[in-house]
Amino acid sequence: MTARIGVVTFPGSLDDRDALRAARAAGAEPVPLWHGDHDLRGVDAVVLPGGFSYGDYLRAGAIASFAPVMAEVVAAARAGLPVLGICNGFQVLCESGLLPGALIRNAGLHFVCRDQRLRVESTDTAWTGEYAAGAEIVVPVKNGEGRYVADEATLDELEANGRVAFRYVGGNPNGALRDIAGIRNEAGNVVGLMPHPEHAIDPLTGPSADGLGLFVSVLKQLTAA
Amino acid sequence: MSEQPYAELGLKDDEYARICEILGRKPSDTELAMYSVMWSEHCSYKSSKVHLRQFGEKAPETDVLLVGIGENAGVVDVGDGLAVTFKVESHNHPSYVEPYQGAATGVGGIVRDILTMGARPIAVMDSLRFGEIDHPDTRRLVGGVVAGVGGYGNCLGLPNIGGEVVFDPTYAGNPLVNALCIGVLRHEQIQLARAEGVGNKVVLLGAKTGRDGIGGVSVLASATFNEEGGPSKRPSVQVGDPFTEKVVIECCLELFDRGLVTGIQDLGGAGLSCATSETASHGGSGMLVDLDLVPLREPSMTPVEVITSESQERMLAIVRPGDVDDVLALCERWGVLATVIGEVTDTGRLQVRWHGDVVVDVPPASLADEGPVYERPLARPADQDALQADVPDALARPRTGAELAETLLRLAGSPNLASRRWVTEQYDRYVLGGTVLAMPHDSGVVRLTDDSDRGVALALDGNGRYARLDPYAGAQLALAEAYRNVSVSGARPLAVTNCLNFGSPEDPEVMWQFAEATRGLADGCRELGVPVTGGNVSFYNQTGATAINPTPVVGVLGVIDDVNLRVPSGFTRVGDVVVLLGETYDELGGSEWAWVVHGHLGGRPPKPRLAAERALSAALRTAAADGLLSSAHDVSDGGLGQTLVEAALLHGIGATVTLAGDPFVALFSESAARAVVTCADADVDRLLEIAAEFDLAVTRLGRTGGDTLDVTEQFTTPLDRLRDVHEATLPKHLS
Repeated sequence: MTARIGVVTFPGSLDDRDALRAARAAGAEPVPLWHGDHDLRGVDAVVLPGGFSYGDYLRAGAIASFAPVMAEVVAAARAGLPVLGICNGFQVLCESGLLPGALIRNAGLHFVCRDQRLRVESTDTAWTGEYAAGAEIVVPVKNGEGRYVADEATLDELEANGRVAFRYVGGNPNGALRDIAGIRNEAGNVVGLMPHPEHAIDPLTGPSADGLGLFVSVLKQLTAA
Repeated sequence: MSEQPYAELGLKDDEYARICEILGRKPSDTELAMYSVMWSEHCSYKSSKVHLRQFGEKAPETDVLLVGIGENAGVVDVGDGLAVTFKVESHNHPSYVEPYQGAATGVGGIVRDILTMGARPIAVMDSLRFGEIDHPDTRRLVGGVVAGVGGYGNCLGLPNIGGEVVFDPTYAGNPLVNALCIGVLRHEQIQLARAEGVGNKVVLLGAKTGRDGIGGVSVLASATFNEEGGPSKRPSVQVGDPFTEKVVIECCLELFDRGLVTGIQDLGGAGLSCATSETASHGGSGMLVDLDLVPLREPSMTPVEVITSESQERMLAIVRPGDVDDVLALCERWGVLATVIGEVTDTGRLQVRWHGDVVVDVPPASLADEGPVYERPLARPADQDALQADVPDALARPRTGAELAETLLRLAGSPNLASRRWVTEQYDRYVLGGTVLAMPHDSGVVRLTDDSDRGVALALDGNGRYARLDPYAGAQLALAEAYRNVSVSGARPLAVTNCLNFGSPEDPEVMWQFAEATRGLADGCRELGVPVTGGNVSFYNQTGATAINPTPVVGVLGVIDDVNLRVPSGFTRVGDVVVLLGETYDELGGSEWAWVVHGHLGGRPPKPRLAAERALSAALRTAAADGLLSSAHDVSDGGLGQTLVEAALLHGIGATVTLAGDPFVALFSESAARAVVTCADADVDRLLEIAAEFDLAVTRLGRTGGDTLDVTEQFTTPLDRLRDVHEATLPKHLS
């Protein structure tokens, strides 16, 4: 038995096919989901992929958070379904209230695409269980609005409860507060990060295969359960 | 009857007279506007046509071309039932007037050309040229253009896999923004821009039509800038919306997949005028369009504005009546506006109605295919002989090791040779997951599909200084460099696209440059065995009476059977043997050294050595297929010295090399048909055998390793120092 990992396509999603490919590479069954459907097709986990849903109009992720499928995603996430938001997907998770804080324009004001070192800060999530604590990985980061911000109290709370999932190492590409690249919810089933693990599943087409671990982690957890 | 304002629309007296003759009457305002845009230099190729014919006449024998010149883009067979379509196009004048939107819509336009062939766009590249890096206007232009190329391509989800950025005073008042797109399709998926089948419906889909880009092809693209020509022409620049383009792409691909369209054309330059007349003309049919059905952003638009608007993100589809409902439903699902605006007729006329009145009734071919053709006068520039006689031989050359090291550093940090990272970091190179190599590698390599190891390599190159010294040779050198850059990755060059950027065709000296460059390119393509599949001509690149250096930009497409065997451009292993393939001559005319150190442009460019390029390409391919090469990097601008610097900095692996002959010539000559390759000790003999088989000169230079670049008996330079200098230049001037 394998697990079924759904990937939502919003209008303007770009890395949806990459996320489906990564799910397949990890050994899961990839399932495309459509923004306009109130239907998760019985998947065991959901990925909200990168891109510019609705052209990033209004605010990155803001319009997508009101898509019909998001009502289902939010409800299922609150009930424990593993959900991963990558880049624009992370922005959607913050706009939906599943994760705290916001992503704003990069400090350098330019779009930045580079191979980025990250430290896995929390292995206690549905998506990071296969990594060693403190492991360093290299995955691409590519965004124009990737600077994670939240008020001091929220940041302190994230730090105190081990909810920083990934941190930038060897340079912060966008000025994110406390070098935060990704965070998790309290239960650990919802994770959002700006860098793109789905682009690091094969050294032929990415800087490493380090990103596959997120997809393998969720698969192991689901099939072990 | 009053005079019609044809001159203001860019039409000449005799052109206007011909329109009256074709119609047997004076044209209506709407007809006149349509002729003015369709007969513009940009759309009609009226000055270039007689020269471009050579690309067909001299085309080498090939069985890879599925669709040749004349369609929106050529289609090339790459094996396994897969085909690739690719093309480069200019958006120079819009990018000067409004850098962000000009560059963004340049990308959008070429992507739609590729989509129109039935292909899924899979990557873009850009070739950019600006004035001196410290010119007061350069920062505005580079910042806007790079953000525009990135903003559009990133949001569209297309990886940017390479290109070039050049700074030279010749482009200060007229930057060049050339964008390339490549797409993949199966052979049976080719779509053509034809309106056939009487009674079939004409469906306009995508964005609403607004007042942007009116006269873009005529008053903007086909005229010279004067002192006040910049911002005042801003309304002629289109405004892009990549989000709409993204959904239009996905929607069209699904329409193609389901066989719901019989013909498709994008709306680019000249808007509906072009799309309706070209599809009707190529389909040999007539067409009746009710222009008032076109969805408008501003209801007060006139028929002239509607039919010439260059609003972006629009496509024209020809649909069987029984499929119209399915087409509209599918568009609705993607949130794409779709409207039936007319139908295919058997009248042989393009007829357009506006609230019931016929405002256009013309033979479509007279707009699309039978525009004026000029044999413009040619004159070898008065200064050409003096320029070629001004050879660089007397320029002071560095002699000591310390002087050579200082020259190497100076070049590595010079605007045209410094790291492009500031630019390329603003482009997504990962999206779609097929990018195998991207900048700073010599060519971009993408895997075509998930279930195959087949890939394509692309390179885009040009050198305006070489072409100024000798346009015939300059065009061939651009071709040779792109051909070589594709070859070093291990790919087999297959086909060519080109963007020919020149001054005013009304200047006989410019026209001579154009004639020489096209002749050189056509001859070069024949000799290298790679056909031209399509391209674009951009004239009127000049400020006042001063034309830019002639700048043919050439794109070469290659195929690589197994992307796992692609060869990177930087040193990858310590202890490998470093080998130079090809011969070095004392060729410094038009070189980066002469320009950077002495501000000198004169003499002759390096000699194009096309037979040697062919041999080098074959040898590189053979060695790559055998898995011998751990890296391969072409030698071009800046010479061997710059090649070594780039190869060493890519992964931070240095090298120790020994030079043969005059060390200055060895390091800085820009002789063509050369590449630096590395391999393991165990593979050297086999590599030498391959080189001998193709009659290639081989020089063993040394070995990789260490954190310095060591030139025996001359100098040792730490990589850290080289990196600092190489990386600093663009951020310093552009941030």
